Amino acid sequence: MREKLGKVSIQMCLILFAIVQLYPLIWLIFFSLKGNSEIFGGNIAGLPEKWKFENYVSAFKQAKVLDYFGNSVFVTAITILLVIILSATSAYAIERMEWKGRQVAMKVILLGMMVPIHAALLPLFMVLKNMRLLNTYWALIIPYVAFGLPMGIYIVSSFLASLPRELEEAAAIDGCGIYRIFGEIMLPLVKPALATVAIFTYLSAWNELMFAVTFVSKREFKTITVGIMSMIGTYTTKWGEIGAGLVIATIPTILIYILLSEQVQKSLVAGAVKG
Amino acid sequence: MTKILSDKKAIFIFMFPTLFVMALIVVIPIFISGYYSLLSWDGIGKGTFIGLSNYKELMSDMRFMNSIIHSLLFAGLSLVVQLPFSLLIAIIIAQGVKGEKFYRTVYFIPVIISTVVIGQLWQKIYNADYGLLNDILQSIGLGFIAQDWLGQEKTALMCCFIPILWQYVGYHMLIMYAGIKGISTEINEAAVIDGASKHQIAWYITIPLLKPILKVCMTFSLIGALKVFDLIYVLTNGGPFFSTEVPSIYMYTTIFDSFKYGYGSAISIFIIIECLFFTMLLNSLFRKGKEA
Repeated sequence: MREKLGKVSIQMCLILFAIVQLYPLIWLIFFSLKGNSEIFGGNIAGLPEKWKFENYVSAFKQAKVLDYFGNSVFVTAITILLVIILSATSAYAIERMEWKGRQVAMKVILLGMMVPIHAALLPLFMVLKNMRLLNTYWALIIPYVAFGLPMGIYIVSSFLASLPRELEEAAAIDGCGIYRIFGEIMLPLVKPALATVAIFTYLSAWNELMFAVTFVSKREFKTITVGIMSMIGTYTTKWGEIGAGLVIATIPTILIYILLSEQVQKSLVAGAVKG
Repeated sequence: MTKILSDKKAIFIFMFPTLFVMALIVVIPIFISGYYSLLSWDGIGKGTFIGLSNYKELMSDMRFMNSIIHSLLFAGLSLVVQLPFSLLIAIIIAQGVKGEKFYRTVYFIPVIISTVVIGQLWQKIYNADYGLLNDILQSIGLGFIAQDWLGQEKTALMCCFIPILWQYVGYHMLIMYAGIKGISTEINEAAVIDGASKHQIAWYITIPLLKPILKVCMTFSLIGALKVFDLIYVLTNGGPFFSTEVPSIYMYTTIFDSFKYGYGSAISIFIIIECLFFTMLLNSLFRKGKEA
């Protein structure tokens, strides 16, 4: 009896905490579907009485959320692609190939994980300005790739370290060159690690704010995070539209999480336990 | 085999783009920042070299000192409130409660959502007139506490911390959870046979074995707190009257609003050194713990 009571109270606490973690997000969906009259009329916390899907239409059309969204998709996709390719090649070279300075290279790359991006902000701003890259997609893609690589290389090379060397040796005896060994044998094997890197990179690029707000001021290139920030300025009082924008910005992340929740959790833990 | 693996051309092709990008974007800028921090410079034309004057000025800059105090306060809160709470939840759900997977999945959701979205959302929660918080307070009869949470100096700082603590509880919980699941079940079983209670197992077995993971979490949460930028930028941008300003926000406004490039760079160098210092401090504390 006593044990049962304890179990029930633990469940209650866990559910309560789940509500604390989830309700703000559900509330966001609620107010994205409400009109101002409803919110200011007193229905703040509850379900919308009249579901105003128009808020989404106007966020798309007037606030150009779709453009920002497209920019984010483009920047994030190219960033992921580059990080995956470069992490795979570099991790392979560092973990498997034999050359002087590979240990030093790894140390420098790991050090890159510890550097706060704040430190590079102003110098990068000046470099990008001088190269006339401010207000282009590259102003974001290049820094995102550079700051995503250390983690990517770390994850792929620790995965590589757990793979046996026999396959490569057999392939070498069969007369495969280094590029075929890498491309046809190793690359398929490290796919799980690359998936981890892709998820990790997606989250940091899609959600990044500091670079995005500093390096891009032209509307055409703004990513969704910054786009929404500028939306606040013009739509201060329209809660519904802002809410709709916030929901739209979150949809891809939630979709990925629903499809791959275990994988996403694993990726972020793998990213953390780097020692 | 060795011949294939020491193919110089292949190594160059595999490594060069990475090293080039990293050097250009990560390594060299730090040194440039260090150089900028020795200048008096408004970004236009050439700066004048003034040695360590920026740093001297920093040390007597009350606004800067306050921003550090804010970030240390936040770091302390993360260590004292967020981590123990995450640990408690991790231990409970790792014991195999009903719905283990569900809770784990749900608690983690805020972690993956963009800070801008979280920030905007909490701004609405804190809104003085139509916010969720005041609304809930009113409906449970605590309407007299309702106030303009982000608009006043005495409440704003705490209100900036809460969303960050809220967002990352799930993250630390998951890392600890993975760590607990990594502890061999045999040890637990042996303890159960010896008659240990659940609390005893948690206190005498799980937590000591979890030390390396706890170190990771502490480092993350400490460094994260010292670097915090996004959420405060979105919520208050340091206001009202600098009451929520942290070093990274101060750096940002110094550079991009006041155009004091040299002074701002000195702040950014300070942030790097501060992060390195605390990482090393934690490392040595844990090493001492190991010897004892």
